Amino acid sequence: MAKSKRFFMYLFLSVAAIVSVFPFLWMVVSSTNQSVDVTRGRLLPGSHLLDNLRKLLDTTDLQLSLMNSAKISITTTLLALLIASLAGYGFEVFRSRSKDLVFNILLLSMMIPFAALMIPLYRMFGQISNVFPWMGIDTMTSVILPTVTTAFLIFFFRQSTKMFPKELLEAGRIDGLSELGIFLRIYLPTMKTTYAAGAIITFMSSWNNYLWPLIVLQTPQTKTMPLLISTLGSGYAPDYGMIMIAIVIGTIPTALVFFLMQKQFVAGMIGSVK
Amino acid sequence: MKKTNSTFSIRTKSVLTGWSFVLLAVILIFVFYFYPMLQALILSFQTGTGSNLTFTGIDNYTRLLSDKTFIVSVKNTFIYLLIQVPLMIILALFISVLLNDSKLKFKGLFRTAIFLPCVTSLVAYSVVFKYLFAGNGLVNTMLLKLQLISAPIEWITDPFWAKITIIIAITWRWTGYNMIFYLSALQNIDHSIYEAAKIDGASASRQFFGITVPLLKPIILFTSITSTIGTLQLFDEVMNITKGGPGNATQTISQYIYNLSFKYSADFGYAATVSYSIVIMIALLSVIQFKVAGDKNG
Repeated sequence: MAKSKRFFMYLFLSVAAIVSVFPFLWMVVSSTNQSVDVTRGRLLPGSHLLDNLRKLLDTTDLQLSLMNSAKISITTTLLALLIASLAGYGFEVFRSRSKDLVFNILLLSMMIPFAALMIPLYRMFGQISNVFPWMGIDTMTSVILPTVTTAFLIFFFRQSTKMFPKELLEAGRIDGLSELGIFLRIYLPTMKTTYAAGAIITFMSSWNNYLWPLIVLQTPQTKTMPLLISTLGSGYAPDYGMIMIAIVIGTIPTALVFFLMQKQFVAGMIGSVK
Repeated sequence: MKKTNSTFSIRTKSVLTGWSFVLLAVILIFVFYFYPMLQALILSFQTGTGSNLTFTGIDNYTRLLSDKTFIVSVKNTFIYLLIQVPLMIILALFISVLLNDSKLKFKGLFRTAIFLPCVTSLVAYSVVFKYLFAGNGLVNTMLLKLQLISAPIEWITDPFWAKITIIIAITWRWTGYNMIFYLSALQNIDHSIYEAAKIDGASASRQFFGITVPLLKPIILFTSITSTIGTLQLFDEVMNITKGGPGNATQTISQYIYNLSFKYSADFGYAATVSYSIVIMIALLSVIQFKVAGDKNG
């Protein structure tokens, strides 16, 4: 009885694991095959990886899209961490009733669907374009600004700050550090894992963002990786091998970030729900 | 007198420092969330194309009720919601309970494998799924070879199967994500509770419904609300797997808003009205979910 239960447990988990991993394997294998072999359902690695890559480089501006995505995601992540950690720290360390009220109002923004924001935001950046073209439609700034601050990340930092030993702050004050000095020189180095988890969450969502860039980035020169993959995928005579290599390349950064910092990521998720 | 003055100023200083830490975030959230939200509300009472807008009162809202495309989009979105969210939550709960077993081997391997889909971008995995489920795609080829079906299933081009494909895709992408929340919550449960239940002779299912589910209720509520909000805004997958087709069979509300604003004649006013329908649905469903969870609390 107990033995058959164990067996079904392993069977179920194995099936779940295979189903989860299979599309990845297929995508990687397909990136080494010719288009016709991909449609035929070939599951063995082929010898067309370089061919597919060359075709991708010839028909698209891959490097440019990668650079655009990297610039946007890295800038967003750095700014987001700075802004949200300052706020999370501020809300937790300097508490007052009015600040708690403001914090609760900020949390309400998590309930606002992006669908309700996209049209006003698009019009807002349209108006900005008339005055400051460098930060209006079709610029990196227009992608970054609306996504750089999320109530979730502030909440995440505030929750983690609850665990921070407050005696360290007092020690800093006695040593004559300014409040910002305490934040930068005591809080920031102590909270490294929180920053790492926050960085993973933000980098992933920024790298993978699709709808807002689709609306606001309009020229080929500003295209990001998801936009590139989406246009490749919607062609009439798709070259499957070539598209698969594009998808693999587009997935490498987030997969790397995830695997290098998996521990912090899980720890971060735990911290956020406690 | 002097003493009170100085303590007062120290407190004022501390309050001001506190505000200066949170100020930037507060401004950005007001400018990029609450202000546009208000703008959308104003827009929803206006009509016109591009920037030539005039106030028309509740015309947009009456149009909404007789708009067939809107009604189909709402229906589709709710089909996804009602099937996919419970399915995914039960699946994630089940997997996380299995993974939490202390005697289980290869725990890390299973966890990483099941969480792996979360590293893909919605667009990338959608394109992969589109090819996997194509008429002559791998899924059909495999099902045919295993003789489970006698003719290829029209996954993408049949209105019914296209919805199923979308549901399979979202479930694949998000189950591992929800699982991580349950897993971390399960690790916080004191093991001795289960030991005591075992001594009392409680069966595995009894332990699951009597201990695990009640203790995980706050997290289940959290994940069901975030999944609901996510599904009501579904866009990337449908856009990249079926483009909303065949006909409007898989179109979601978000996609309809996108089409109204950026594909058809830029009807920003009406699109804003449609977007407010999502705001209202999210608010209503969240209240219901809180209520349901609260009632069971007794």
